[in-house]
Amino acid sequence: MKKDKIKEAFAGLVGADITPDNAHRGVSAINAPRELFSQCAGAFKDAGFRLVAEWALDETPLGRGFAVCAAYAHKKEYIVVKSSLPIDDAVFPTLTGKYVAAFRFERQIHSLFGITAFGHPDLRPWIKHEDWPAGAFPLRKNFNASAKMERVKGEYRWIRAEGEGVFEIAVGPVHAGIIEPGHFRFQSVGEDIINLETRFGYVHKGIEKRFEELSFEGGVKLAGRVSGDTTVAHSLAYCRAIETASGSVVPRRAHWLRAVFLELERIANHLGDIGAICNDTAFTFMHYQMAILREKILKTNYKLFGHRLTMDVVTLGGVRVDITDGGVNALLVLLDEMLKEFERLVKIYEDNPSLEDRVYSTGILAPDIAAELGVVGFVGRASGQAGDARIDCPFTPYDEFIVKAPLLRSGDVHARAWVRIEEVRESVRLIRELIGTLPSGLFQAKCLTPLEGVAGFSVVEGWRGEIIYWVQAGRDGVINRCMVRDPSSVNWLSIEQAIKGNIVPDFPLCNKSFNQSYSGHDL
Amino acid sequence: MLKIFRQILRTGVVTEELPLVDESKVTLTGARLNEEVMKRFANSLTIRFVDAGSCNACELELNAVNNPIYDAERFGIHFTASPRFADMLLVTGPVSRNMEVALKRTYDAIPHPKLVVAMGVCGFNGGVFGESYASLGSVGNVIPVNAYIHGCPPSPADILNGILRVIGRK
Ligand code: SF4
Repeated sequence: MKKDKIKEAFAGLVGADITPDNAHRGVSAINAPRELFSQCAGAFKDAGFRLVAEWALDETPLGRGFAVCAAYAHKKEYIVVKSSLPIDDAVFPTLTGKYVAAFRFERQIHSLFGITAFGHPDLRPWIKHEDWPAGAFPLRKNFNASAKMERVKGEYRWIRAEGEGVFEIAVGPVHAGIIEPGHFRFQSVGEDIINLETRFGYVHKGIEKRFEELSFEGGVKLAGRVSGDTTVAHSLAYCRAIETASGSVVPRRAHWLRAVFLELERIANHLGDIGAICNDTAFTFMHYQMAILREKILKTNYKLFGHRLTMDVVTLGGVRVDITDGGVNALLVLLDEMLKEFERLVKIYEDNPSLEDRVYSTGILAPDIAAELGVVGFVGRASGQAGDARIDCPFTPYDEFIVKAPLLRSGDVHARAWVRIEEVRESVRLIRELIGTLPSGLFQAKCLTPLEGVAGFSVVEGWRGEIIYWVQAGRDGVINRCMVRDPSSVNWLSIEQAIKGNIVPDFPLCNKSFNQSYSGHDL
Repeated sequence: MLKIFRQILRTGVVTEELPLVDESKVTLTGARLNEEVMKRFANSLTIRFVDAGSCNACELELNAVNNPIYDAERFGIHFTASPRFADMLLVTGPVSRNMEVALKRTYDAIPHPKLVVAMGVCGFNGGVFGESYASLGSVGNVIPVNAYIHGCPPSPADILNGILRVIGRK
């Protein structure tokens, strides 16, 4: 028997001054006075919910003040708790005592909004670098986003370990390989890492602010570039939030095609990363072989859909490109060929002792820590966390198919690679089913404009994991706030934990096995 | 081991001929190096890459130029970790405010004579991110640029063709 978890959580809040929030679509939502913001978190924590995201908003164009929101989830149940805050007293009680993930969310709120989580033990800036003017809060409505910011003097307080033989290694933001920028600081004794501290924000491009300057339509292109390797999933999550907020109906054929794009994106990224993980153990053979398979998919994408990474194929109300009968055949042939080669390579992966030596028991993220941090996606599934939005809160067409997600508990580099190997197989199977049941008809319909003040919520399982969009409509068809939560925002926390006790030379391999997005995190 | 050899033989050579340069995919700016230097770069070019704020799709396609299909090494092009060894700085993304200093430092660390190439529409004019408090837009706003390779992202073939054009090999 399924229990209603949200009701259970509320049992702990009886008598509290909480009202339903009717301005939300696609998610349950409540308004709570800010004094109860953290108490609500406690109730949800006790009922087994994880913290999905925490964000602030400026509602002055809607005739209100500031507000802070937290989203929680337990399997298929998602709920948003919203508390209004007066502008002249922009403070709310911290959730850090309840949820570890709140640490970064609240530092970010503090940095970009100037809204303070009272009781937060570490309010060093996050995303905002030390050379920003202290009073620059870009996500406030009265901030002039088009003006250049001056550089001020400032210093970032690093966490330091001291003692005999302890030394510090600083890496980045510019790295050796062709990857994104970020800064990693290791405290180590000999080769053993005793602490890793990450600092990001280098690729902060002001994306959330930028959304507020765009039309709903214009936002699609931007969403597809929040994290380019996840362009389908991000644009889909954005479109779904707006379609949900406006009550727009998407044709069935478009739903099917969106899922095909999403699964192709998953396969292409998994192939590339499985190869790249092997490359970091100096097994370049596998890197090249996987790259060849990945390239086959990108070439087919280009031929059938006009873009190698299928950027901008998802749009409001549907998709921009249809598939022909010839395209269906080409896709099926591609998958057959690809899978045959892939299985050969998996056998080679399995029989390779020198690879085994490097990937087994390296970079372990223990299941209890994974649960505590609320990690999502393949990183979670490699560490005993069963969540997959395609199964837990499926939207069409996933609600008409059975999706199987692998689950491992060892949490090492191998587990993360293996989960992705299994997911390639599953996605191939899904695409075949989707293609076999492709509905006929239109592939795009008109998308309506959400009404003022309405917020749409969407969850999409991208290849990295659960992506969340929360889009609130402002006056006259503008976006008042677009909150984006890439899986990286929570999963980055877990690398710092997984790396402890490993040796410095294994860091690139560990990092590759997580492969989180910098751009999606820094926004 | 045998399985690996068998797979290598089965795969054979997959490297493809580069298509002809499409002029619209590259913009050369006025800044040129002298002929003698260009001749030296033409057969062996070492690139230091910097992501100055990209969405990371440009990196996916840039990584692909090193795969067996595009095989940048056949043109004597390779990537280096140290700016001191580099002949060319290849930049992706609009320049984010938070990367401006690191980008300038990398530029300064590369010895003269050097070439700078910006790839992607972001590097050209800021792309969807434009210019704002957080994005400084075009790479040309921050350091001198010799050429822009267009696309969002440019394909691996366009990237290679663009680089070869800059060094006068195409
Ligand atoms: S040019 Fe396109 S692909 Fe490249 S960084 Fe900009 S948005 Fe991303």
